[in-house]
Amino acid sequence: MKRTGVLAALPEGPRERLMELGREVSFPAGTRIFEEGQRADRFWIIRTGTVNLDVHVPGRQAAVVETIGADGLVGWSWLCPPHQWHLGAEAARPVDAWEFDAAEVLALCERDPALDHALLTYVVEVIGHRLRSSRTRLLDLYGPYRSGSAE
Amino acid sequence: MTAVPLPYRVVANRPESTDTRTIELRPAGEALPAFAPGQFAMLYAFGAGEIPVSVAGLRDGTLTHTIRGVGAVSRALCAVRPGTQVGVRGPFGTGWDLPSAAGRDLLVVAGGIGLAPLRPLVQAAASAHNRLNVLIGARTPEDLLYRDELDGWGRPYCGVTVDRAGPGWTGHVGVVTTLLDRAAFTPHETTAFICGPEIMIRATARELLHRGVPAQHIRVSLERNMHCATGHCGHCQLGPLLLCRDGPVVGYDHAEPLLAVREL
Repeated sequence: MKRTGVLAALPEGPRERLMELGREVSFPAGTRIFEEGQRADRFWIIRTGTVNLDVHVPGRQAAVVETIGADGLVGWSWLCPPHQWHLGAEAARPVDAWEFDAAEVLALCERDPALDHALLTYVVEVIGHRLRSSRTRLLDLYGPYRSGSAE
Repeated sequence: MTAVPLPYRVVANRPESTDTRTIELRPAGEALPAFAPGQFAMLYAFGAGEIPVSVAGLRDGTLTHTIRGVGAVSRALCAVRPGTQVGVRGPFGTGWDLPSAAGRDLLVVAGGIGLAPLRPLVQAAASAHNRLNVLIGARTPEDLLYRDELDGWGRPYCGVTVDRAGPGWTGHVGVVTTLLDRAAFTPHETTAFICGPEIMIRATARELLHRGVPAQHIRVSLERNMHCATGHCGHCQLGPLLLCRDGPVVGYDHAEPLLAVREL
């Protein structure tokens, strides 16, 4: 299968320099990777498995709002203030991922404008895509009165 | 095709979800000509009225239709009991034209009840040699159609995603286009078949174009207010097209500019 996600988005040189900072990590299914409100000081690129992003709903089970699969970016709150997670994340299936320390990556970006630009462009694309997806789902497209019935 | 409804007997009526049912019909006398996947019938619930419904299955001379009860006629059709009769006209419209995709990768993308017109296509494609990817989006796990059949669909990939997960759902959550990264297809050698709400169709087609699937190889099923189904009344007009006759399946090279026009 072709390479997708951040690994496809970054040019070869910046990609290699970024990957030098990555650490291989694994999360068994059900592991909480981070919680809402905690300090966002790292991010992950999924190699295999899936991660659910969820919102805490007081008095109820957390609501899953999005699933991220292989090559997907988990976490962008490390990039901008207040550097806190807006959502929680849990391994839905066993996950192998590369983990990146945000401070290390930001320091590298200071020294490497090409990586800085490519990574920022990619993260903005991810945020834009998730925003469009959320807006689409707000329309409740599959609801009963969106069926196009001629009645 | 016939202008007069022919009587068909209801042989089965089973629930798919809280508001959606699948009915099976057999001719009570004379049978209509064979339908192709993607075409539709006009179903007449006696005493209630007539609506267009795509065929959701075509095996053994049985017409299968999946209907969501959203109005008086569709609710009447959802309530038909085995042994009773309905009127059927058809077949109408253009089909998916699976034979023209011979040798190409197949990508089937369905949203909500849009899975129903794609079901006979998936069944027909199962015996072909193409790579078949089936991507399905539903509102909730409870709204998912044909749950008992999905395991056998898609070779190499069949994925399901929901907009809202409930307790116990361990599958994917998100819009259906997020499943594209998991499908195995070579874009310029792929024919895509898309059915669902038009915003979902546009979002999916746009993503496929971006990935390199040619517009003429993206086929979408469109829906307008069909009444006569014979291209005379004009209710289903979409620009230069009368969708009951020139659709519902249209190449995206024709559909894209029309779907961008406001009020069309």
